[in-house]
Amino acid sequence: MPQLDPSTFLPQIFWLAVLFGAFFLLMKNVALPRIGEVLQARALRLNEDLDTAQRLRVEAERSIAEYQAALDKAKTEAMAMVQKARDEAARESARRIAEVEAKLAAQSKAAEARIAEAKAGALGHVRGAAADLAGSLVEKLVGQAPSTAELQAAVGRAMDRRQ
Amino acid sequence: MESPLEQFKIKALIPLHAGGLDLSFTNSAAFMVLAIAVVTLFMTLSVRSRELVPGRVQSVAELAYEFVAGMIKDNVGQAGRPYFPFIFTLFMFILGANLLGMVPYTFTVTSHIIVTFSMALFVFLGVTLIALIKHGTHFFGFFVPKGVPKALIPLVMVIEVISYLARPVSLALRLFANMTAGHTMMKVFGSFVVMMGLAGVLPFAVLIALTGLEIVIAFLQAYVFTVLTCLYLNDALHLHH
Repeated sequence: MPQLDPSTFLPQIFWLAVLFGAFFLLMKNVALPRIGEVLQARALRLNEDLDTAQRLRVEAERSIAEYQAALDKAKTEAMAMVQKARDEAARESARRIAEVEAKLAAQSKAAEARIAEAKAGALGHVRGAAADLAGSLVEKLVGQAPSTAELQAAVGRAMDRRQ
Repeated sequence: MESPLEQFKIKALIPLHAGGLDLSFTNSAAFMVLAIAVVTLFMTLSVRSRELVPGRVQSVAELAYEFVAGMIKDNVGQAGRPYFPFIFTLFMFILGANLLGMVPYTFTVTSHIIVTFSMALFVFLGVTLIALIKHGTHFFGFFVPKGVPKALIPLVMVIEVISYLARPVSLALRLFANMTAGHTMMKVFGSFVVMMGLAGVLPFAVLIALTGLEIVIAFLQAYVFTVLTCLYLNDALHLHH
C-alpha cells in the first residue's frame, strides 16, 4: 500500500502545510470577504426595501386617513349648506305666501268695497226708479202727482221694511 | 495488470532536497495545487459581478459560504465565528480534493493517511490549545464527567483521555479509509469491465452506481470531517461534555 510508505510522508506534510496555509490565506483575505460583502449587501438591500415598504405603507395609511377626514369635512359642509339652503327656501316661501295672502286680502277687500258701492248704487237706482213708478202710478190713480220728497220717503220706508 | 493500489502511488515530479530532507513536489502536491486553484477560482470568479440576485454559479458559492457558516452557528454558536475562515478552508480543501479525485486519472490527495492525519492532528492540537488558553487548568475537568461516583473517577478519566486522544486518529482514519476503499473498489470494477468483454456491462453498471455513491461520499466525508472539527471546537470553547 503506497500510503504506508514513510518516505512519502515528509514531502506530503511539507506541501500540505505550505499549500493549505496559502489556501487559508486566499480564502480568508480574498474569497470570503467578497462573498460576505455580497451577502451583507443583499441583506442590507432587503432591509432597506422592507423599510421603504413599511414607510410607504404608513404614508398610504396617513393619506387614507387624510382623505377620510377631508371627505367627512366635505360631507358636514355639504350638509350644512343643504340645511341652510333649505332654511332659506322655507323662509322665502313663507315670505312669498304672506305677500300673496296680503295681496289677496287687499284685492278681496277692494272687491268687497266695489261690490258694496255697486250694491249701494244699484239700490239708489232702484229707489229712484221705484219713486218714479210710484209717482206715475199715483198720478194716474189720483190725477195729482205727489211731491218727490214724499215719494222718496215712502219708498225708503217700504224698502227698509222689506229688508 | 496494474494493481488497484497503483493509483495511490506518490511520484516526485520535481525532486527537492533541503538539508537532507525530501521536500519533493509530488503528484500529491500537484493535485493539492489544482484543487486549491479550482476552489479559489470558483469562489472568487463566481462573485466577481456581485449580483444582487445571484446566478447559478454565484448561488453555489454563496451556498457553500452559508452552509459552513450555518454549521459553525449550529454546532459552536457565536463563539465559533473567528474560526470560520479556517473551518471553511478545511471543508473546501477536503471537498475539492475529494471531488477532484473523482475525475478519471487524477490523484486523490485525501486518500493518503498522512494527509488526513496531518489535518486531523492540526485540528486536534489547535482545539486543545484553544481549550487550554481559554480555560487553563479547568480544561482537565473535561475528563471527569459530572455525576460519576468517586470510586470510578480514575477509570472514567483513563477512558475519557483515551477517547480524547483517539479523536485525531478516528478523524484521519475515517476520511482516509473512505477515500481509499472507494477508489480501490472503483478501480477493481473498472478492471472487471475491461476483463469481462461483453459481459462487462454488468460491472460497468455497478461502476456507474459506485461513481454516484463516491460523489455522495466525497461530500459526506468533507462534511463529517468539518462537523466533527466544529464539535471539537465547541467542546474546547464551552467545555460541555
